[in-house]
Amino acid sequence: MFEELTEKFERILKKVTGQGRLSEENISETLREIRRVLLDADVNYKVAKQFIEDVKVKALGKEVITSITPGQLITKIIYDELTRLLGSNGADIKLNSSGITTIMLIGLQGCGKTTFSAKLAGLLKSKKRDVLLVAADVYRPAAVNQLKILGKQIDVPVFSIDSCMEPVKIAEEAIEYARQNKLNTVIIDTAGRLHIDEEMMQEAAAIKAKVNPTETLFVVDSMTGQDAVNSAKAFHEKVDFDGIVITKLDGDSRGGCVLSIRSVVDRPVKFVSTGEKLDSIEVFYPDRLASRILGKGDIISLVEKAQKQVDEKEAEELQKKILSNKFDFDDFLKQIKMLKKMGSLKSIISMIPGVGSAIKNVDIDDKQLIKVEAIIQSMTKEERRNPKILNGSRRKRIARGSGNTIQDVNRLIKQFNEMQKMIKMINKQGGGRGMLNLKKFGLN
Amino acid sequence: MNQLNGTKKMKLFKNINFSKLKEGLSKTRENLFNKISETISGKAKVDEETLEELEEILITSDIGSQIAEEIIEKARALFKKETDRSVENFRKIIKEELESLLNQVNNNGEIDLSKKPYVIVIIGVNGSGKTTTVGKLAYNFKKSGLRVKIGSADTFRAAANDQLEVWAKKAGVDIISTNSKEPSAVAFDTIKSAQKDGTDVVIIDTAGRLHTHKNLMDELNKIHRVINNLLPYAPNEVLMVLDGTAGQNAVRQVEEFEKYTKPTGIIITKLDGTAKGGVIFRIIAEKQIPVKYIGVGEGIEDLQDFSPQEFIEAMFGN
Ligand SMILES: Nc1nc2c(ncn2[C@@H]2O[C@H](COP(=O)(O)OP(=O)(O)OP(=O)(O)O)[C@@H](O)[C@H]2O)c(=O)[nH]1
Ligand SMILES: Nc1nc2c(ncn2[C@@H]2O[C@H](COP(=O)(O)OP(=O)(O)O)[C@@H](O)[C@H]2O)c(=O)[nH]1
Ligand SMILES: [Mg+2]
Ligand SMILES: [Mg+2]
Repeated sequence: MFEELTEKFERILKKVTGQGRLSEENISETLREIRRVLLDADVNYKVAKQFIEDVKVKALGKEVITSITPGQLITKIIYDELTRLLGSNGADIKLNSSGITTIMLIGLQGCGKTTFSAKLAGLLKSKKRDVLLVAADVYRPAAVNQLKILGKQIDVPVFSIDSCMEPVKIAEEAIEYARQNKLNTVIIDTAGRLHIDEEMMQEAAAIKAKVNPTETLFVVDSMTGQDAVNSAKAFHEKVDFDGIVITKLDGDSRGGCVLSIRSVVDRPVKFVSTGEKLDSIEVFYPDRLASRILGKGDIISLVEKAQKQVDEKEAEELQKKILSNKFDFDDFLKQIKMLKKMGSLKSIISMIPGVGSAIKNVDIDDKQLIKVEAIIQSMTKEERRNPKILNGSRRKRIARGSGNTIQDVNRLIKQFNEMQKMIKMINKQGGGRGMLNLKKFGLN
Repeated sequence: MNQLNGTKKMKLFKNINFSKLKEGLSKTRENLFNKISETISGKAKVDEETLEELEEILITSDIGSQIAEEIIEKARALFKKETDRSVENFRKIIKEELESLLNQVNNNGEIDLSKKPYVIVIIGVNGSGKTTTVGKLAYNFKKSGLRVKIGSADTFRAAANDQLEVWAKKAGVDIISTNSKEPSAVAFDTIKSAQKDGTDVVIIDTAGRLHTHKNLMDELNKIHRVINNLLPYAPNEVLMVLDGTAGQNAVRQVEEFEKYTKPTGIIITKLDGTAKGGVIFRIIAEKQIPVKYIGVGEGIEDLQDFSPQEFIEAMFGN
């Protein structure tokens, strides 16, 4: 649930909290930290540098309006800039309404071209296209067979020419075959190749020149490191492509290579691949990838959600209570109601800077929310205000009244105590300062 | 490749083909130390700019921000003490520093054949180059005069068997590829068969899997247990194949895989491209797992011994 990054951001945010205007001085360390975050997410060195420069220009001198902390402001700028660079939502592929649409896939060895070509074939077939897969990888052992097997799985024909070692010829004849058999969509799977292999790059360019594809897609493994800029640039220069496909996003790579590629090649990401099975093909959401690159503790969406949902006054009151360690079950109930409006409980709490690490081991289950609400509602006013008086018989009564077991009630009280402990801890750490920060989230 | 001459212990690569390694790495004109000398040449003295250039070179090799920072800090500190502030000396210091990082773990590359069969399991994420590496390894063992048997335990990937069969044929070795859907059963069959006919070396190829899929990782662990049940000393080696173009996620991969079957060595592939594979610095530092071989091409001979010293030497060029 928590990424080290959340912790890092907490550190960063603390540093800039409570300052009125973003200055070179109060953001330099933040930016250095962000730079490190980007590098560790595999964003290319130069790209990260430029990115930081841009963010700086945008952020410097910005006034920090009272309702937002400098930390939130700069995070928002970073996130927005990142999202912008990653590109627009779900760029579609071109499909000709008449004649043959040809899609050609290119990329390095092992990045997922063959699997993706079958996925795309399956997707387009479900959109009522008549698809032909073309096995133009004549080098990798059993590559043709691999595609044939995948084709069978989705019931799409696979075109290949036995013992023909000329991919250009195979592609050309495949188009002819499609024409004769009234198939309107041709997907060409090519062999993986190194961008510095002149001969092989020329071959890819030759296939492209011959069939003039409607779409040429560059397939990239999301785990790729710094070298992504070099391969993408070379493929773009020598073959030219219309869009990018990111694969293996079912892993836990941070995907910084996408930012690198987008920075050197102005082409949109058109699909993402999230598994070995043929139905794991998805459209691309730049904002999601931005969050992924920065880490899962997605502060941004919280900032935005909270801004919409939280009643300022209520938050302020709550904050006062928290600051004086007077947070009780009534407040808890209010929080729950608010949270229910906002989404998953733990995910939201986890996103709060300063709370992330503290709550790491506290077990909060979303599905329990309703239960928790019922339990608190079965408490008397006195009990809510002063949870210490909740002895055995009171707990039993509450359990019965709310239709829960005594264990449920005990668990909630335990959680509540832990939460209070945590709040005290934060109060101690932040000396109340951090609360300004948390207030905005409506979670204190 | 030399013949086995009576000794029980052997090295896979008696004579590492040094020029090929260099060739592999220098196909990238921008390789680590050539670049240093390029950027720094013309400058007599090391300054902040030089350090920044060094940082760029280190980072773009995928060494990771932390090690890069550490090396630069060290270089800075060491260099303060130095009287010789020439670029030449700077290079020497950096080189030594990097080399000592790679030398943290011992890798004598020896293979102990006192018990047979010697079992190697190949693991790694999807598309990293496992199957190709199995072919290359088999070829080298065979050339050393050993009897080799490959087990095709990738029962998931389309045409995985066919692909491996092509490699087995190229290497001239046996292959066991049942139609079983159970990878551990294939491993079992391969070892049983090896015991029967006195095979020296068994190499098990496994399906690529991402460490985020627990069921697939459990399956890997099961293969390990089945082998270990048959032969208490086995597997002798679990070699994890990493894609040389991968970034920092490679460390996560090792971290997770070792929970299920601990790699005894790393093979880093695709170093014939422009990627530098610098992430092995982190893997050695953080995981203490030695790098045993490197892949420098798609051909059967494109596997080379990894030796830290020679690796660094090759990185330096002349
Ligand atoms: N350039 C280059 N390509 C390599 C190298 N090693 C493997 N490849 C290529 O990378 C691709 C994937 O290799 P495989 O050996 O099938 O990889 P794998 O790990 O077995 O893949 P899965 O079983 O699908 O997970 C193939 O196209 C290989 O030819 C290498 O050292 N250099
Ligand atoms: N986990 C995962 N594996 C993938 C994905 N896409 C492809 N693969 C696997 O990666 C390996 C290489 O894929 P393949 O399509 O043969 O790559 P190609 O060499 O570029 O044609 C195979 O083992 C695939 O099953 C993905 O999105 N997620
Ligand atoms: Mg392929
Ligand atoms: Mg394989």
